[in-house]
Amino acid sequence: MLAVIFPAAGHAQDRAMAARQGGLEAKLEYCKTCHGLSGQGYMGYFPMPRLAGQQPEYLEAQLRAFIERRRTNPIMFNVAHVLNPSMMAALAAHFRDLNPRPFGGAPRGSLAIGKKIYEEGLPDSNVPACSACHGTEGKGQNEIPRLAGQLYAYTVGQLTGWRKERGQGTAVDTSAIMAPTAHNLTRSQIEAVAAYVSYLQ
Amino acid sequence: MHVVRKLEVMRRIRLKIAILVMIASTGPVWAGDGDGAGVRNCTWCHGTSGQGYMVAPRLAGQRPQYIESQIRSFHERTRDNPFSKQYMWGAVAALGPNAAHDLAIYFAAIAPKPANDGDRNLAARGRTIYLEGIPEANIVSCYACHGPNAEGVREIPRLGGLAYFYLKGRLEQWGQGYHSGPGSPMPMVASHLGPDEIEALASYLSFVR
Repeated sequence: MLAVIFPAAGHAQDRAMAARQGGLEAKLEYCKTCHGLSGQGYMGYFPMPRLAGQQPEYLEAQLRAFIERRRTNPIMFNVAHVLNPSMMAALAAHFRDLNPRPFGGAPRGSLAIGKKIYEEGLPDSNVPACSACHGTEGKGQNEIPRLAGQLYAYTVGQLTGWRKERGQGTAVDTSAIMAPTAHNLTRSQIEAVAAYVSYLQ
Repeated sequence: MHVVRKLEVMRRIRLKIAILVMIASTGPVWAGDGDGAGVRNCTWCHGTSGQGYMVAPRLAGQRPQYIESQIRSFHERTRDNPFSKQYMWGAVAALGPNAAHDLAIYFAAIAPKPANDGDRNLAARGRTIYLEGIPEANIVSCYACHGPNAEGVREIPRLGGLAYFYLKGRLEQWGQGYHSGPGSPMPMVASHLGPDEIEALASYLSFVR
């Protein structure tokens, strides 16, 4: 791939230069440094979400949200603002096709409660079934993200901090759909459902 | 020797011992087995109170899970840079997992002192690379894994205040193909760093408290 983009590449130094200048392979390696070699996610100081098998529309929408600061994340703003739309599309298409095993490590004590919330919701608390939008297998669709195999700490962090990170500013943002649901879940319900989806293949 | 003179020397020695005991007692108490010989074996090279000395990095304030993981990687010989081979592979040979755990807890509890030995003029650039990376050059942000104050977490090491030459050497070695533990993203991270960026990062980090 690099050889096509950089015909002169051949010596190690040229390859290093090519890697610094860009190209899809170099950018993929850059993403995977933090998000895991197979896109399975990684636990750094912050949880880096799984990108493998993610819906491309969702990934591209989030990269745009970082750039437009509708989604607050200083690291991802820096990462995303140098990406052009065709690079975003190529990265998203690559991650869609990866299918590593879930990262694992979530507590297993509340999996049954998590499954029930995921499949039936909590009618008394105005929490709809997650499966209604994210699918029974948690694969997501279009701009609705895949949750299957997502890092437990990441899902917990997103659901507990939804309004602080997502849908910032006045521009229309699809994350508004999740805001009431995230708000209506208690901490222990969030932990249960995050653990359940983290083990979905 | 005159009796008075002899008493005077004795008095001074006692005073020195008393001071040494006081200094020693401000550190954490060794809770491991035996007589603390394990700690002394480390501090010969890593400095008294584990603050690091020359090529031996500071252990004081390091993440205990990181220390344990590195001892494992010396045992399994996956950490393979020259000093590791030369010193640490042998040094950990007789350390069991319990002793390794106790040593890790012991050194982690000592307050770390920053080395402050980098180039001050490069610190601001190093800080920018640490926090933001250089996305155009596919250099990742260090902050994402090592934390806002380079404090580390779990098996991810504290970098703040480590010595300039140690930080520089490690970043260069990863780029040269040496390894750490299995699954570390550092070889990939370092392969994109140029000499100027390494110097800036190592300088900045040496001043972080």
